[in-house]
Amino acid sequence: MNHDAYDDDYIRSILNGVKSIAMVGASPVNVRPSYFAFKYLAQRGYDMIPVNPGHVGKALMGKPFVASLADIDRPIDMIDIFRNSSHIMPVVEEALRLSPPPKVIWMQLGARDDAAAEKAEAAGLKVVMNRCPKIEYGRLSSEISWMGVNSRTLSSKRAPVPTQGMRLSLNRTSFGGGQTAASDRAAKNRTETT
Amino acid sequence: MTDRVPGFSTLAVHAGAQPDPTTGARATPIYQTTSFVFNDADHAASLFGLQAFGNIYTRIGNPTNAVLEERVAALEGGTAALAVASGHAAQLVVLQQLMRPGDEIIAARKLYGGSINQFTHAFKAFGWNVAWADPDDIASFERAVTPHTKAIFIESIANPSGSITDIEAIAAVARKAGVPLIVDNTLASPYLIKPIDHGADIVVHSLTKFLGGHGNSLGGIIVDAGTFDWAKDNKYPVLSEPRPEYHGIKLQETFGNFAFAIACRVLGLRDLGPALSPFNAFMILTGIETLPLRMQKHCDNAKAVAEFLSGHAKVSAVNYAGLPGDKYNNLQRKYAPKGAGAVFTFSLKGGYEAGVNLVSNLKLFSHLANVGDTRSLVIHPASTTHSQLDDDAKVKSGAAPDVVRLSIGIEDKEDLFADLDQALNA
Repeated sequence: MNHDAYDDDYIRSILNGVKSIAMVGASPVNVRPSYFAFKYLAQRGYDMIPVNPGHVGKALMGKPFVASLADIDRPIDMIDIFRNSSHIMPVVEEALRLSPPPKVIWMQLGARDDAAAEKAEAAGLKVVMNRCPKIEYGRLSSEISWMGVNSRTLSSKRAPVPTQGMRLSLNRTSFGGGQTAASDRAAKNRTETT
Repeated sequence: MTDRVPGFSTLAVHAGAQPDPTTGARATPIYQTTSFVFNDADHAASLFGLQAFGNIYTRIGNPTNAVLEERVAALEGGTAALAVASGHAAQLVVLQQLMRPGDEIIAARKLYGGSINQFTHAFKAFGWNVAWADPDDIASFERAVTPHTKAIFIESIANPSGSITDIEAIAAVARKAGVPLIVDNTLASPYLIKPIDHGADIVVHSLTKFLGGHGNSLGGIIVDAGTFDWAKDNKYPVLSEPRPEYHGIKLQETFGNFAFAIACRVLGLRDLGPALSPFNAFMILTGIETLPLRMQKHCDNAKAVAEFLSGHAKVSAVNYAGLPGDKYNNLQRKYAPKGAGAVFTFSLKGGYEAGVNLVSNLKLFSHLANVGDTRSLVIHPASTTHSQLDDDAKVKSGAAPDVVRLSIGIEDKEDLFADLDQALNA
């Protein structure tokens, strides 16, 4: 699996397929990216579970915080890790001990741990690193285009008017080879040349 | 479903546009409104806090402008774009995110005269210093790098000379210096050159020129390549440090590879104010739909006119990179194989006087200060766009006193030959 660039189809199949998402490192502080990614995904219909031992007893959008993945009372499809790269491995190890295990490990924008990814993939899980599910959902649905972002998708169908709790279609035609952004290619080139 | 890569012409027509959600309108509507109602107080707070995708106020974003932004981002291969009121506004907004008083930018000496003025005078008043380098001498860029350097700025095809810049060589200097390369791609348009493919980190345009293409609407745009790591070395605190005006969010951490475009929008455009009218965005979008057709015709006509002038008795030299043997022909074959653009200069045996006479005697070419119109245009830079420069700077920027600049339109080329011939012989 090439984690420098993902096909849109790969990301699309994950976001279309998962229903429940546990967010490790979710923050109740409403200016933190984890807070508004959580809120966005909840508004788009995902069953969101906030995981953060520091906030047990509180709730995020009406969902009570749990201390750890083991404390979740139902199977989880995806674990979205909002932690620095150095804290990824223990979360992945904990995820792999769950029964049933999750289908997807997603590491947030800026987070990447190739060894943890390898471990999860060896156990049959799909892995995404250094991406934000909110951004990817907004991009593939073209909702993000309202900000001038290149969604790298086309559609000749009438756009939906997004409302609360509404799932948007992610099945627009992708272009640009369906690869992820130039940044990854460039970062790679940069490492190679300097 | 396998992803198929649409071609440039398909993107020029479709990228960013979708039938209107409420009416089904197929052409992009002109959302001529200042503001947008919020669903509720929480929605308003989320939008103001940059937590949700949506519209607030046309100074910050507008749905018509957003289509234009996504379309140009797609054509350039960037992650996001921001449309602004003019090409000059694009340059101002870009540099405001990068520069602080005492910082420096290295700029190619061969630039549009208006940019030379903006950099030399207006930006200097902000404490932003410019170091000029020669795009034909890559080492001059390396020599200009100092600890205060924050960016390198070049034109892909230089105005007025039409010379082609070795983008990859200068991108290598920028990479080594750890600063972004900004490329003004106005004269090439992404149809001829995609600077991001050659190492540019930021692309700016005057949309007024070939992208809009009809000489009817001003506009500018900033394209974020998504290629630069703003947090590295902490040289660009606007992107890497908490923003007090947005509850301490860090833009790169939050927006990843389109953080620069977001900074330009939510800090630059919001606070400096040079918003693009949605009507102009609509006009420019319509122009872009035919960009590939127009640009090829512009280039084909320009090459024919350059060949015609090369054989003319009153002409001493033609500088067109599309001509075999031209100093920039090798770079043109590498960077712009479809054509060398439509803006170039030539020199008259009769010098300054002959330049002034030619401009007065042309009947089809319009004498005005613009390029990239469907119509053929002519100007004498030494007495107009570059008149503020001293003689030495005029020569170095490609605007010597005997030089005339043409912007070749999409008319029938035989009519252009005839007009030039009668004016040269008048």
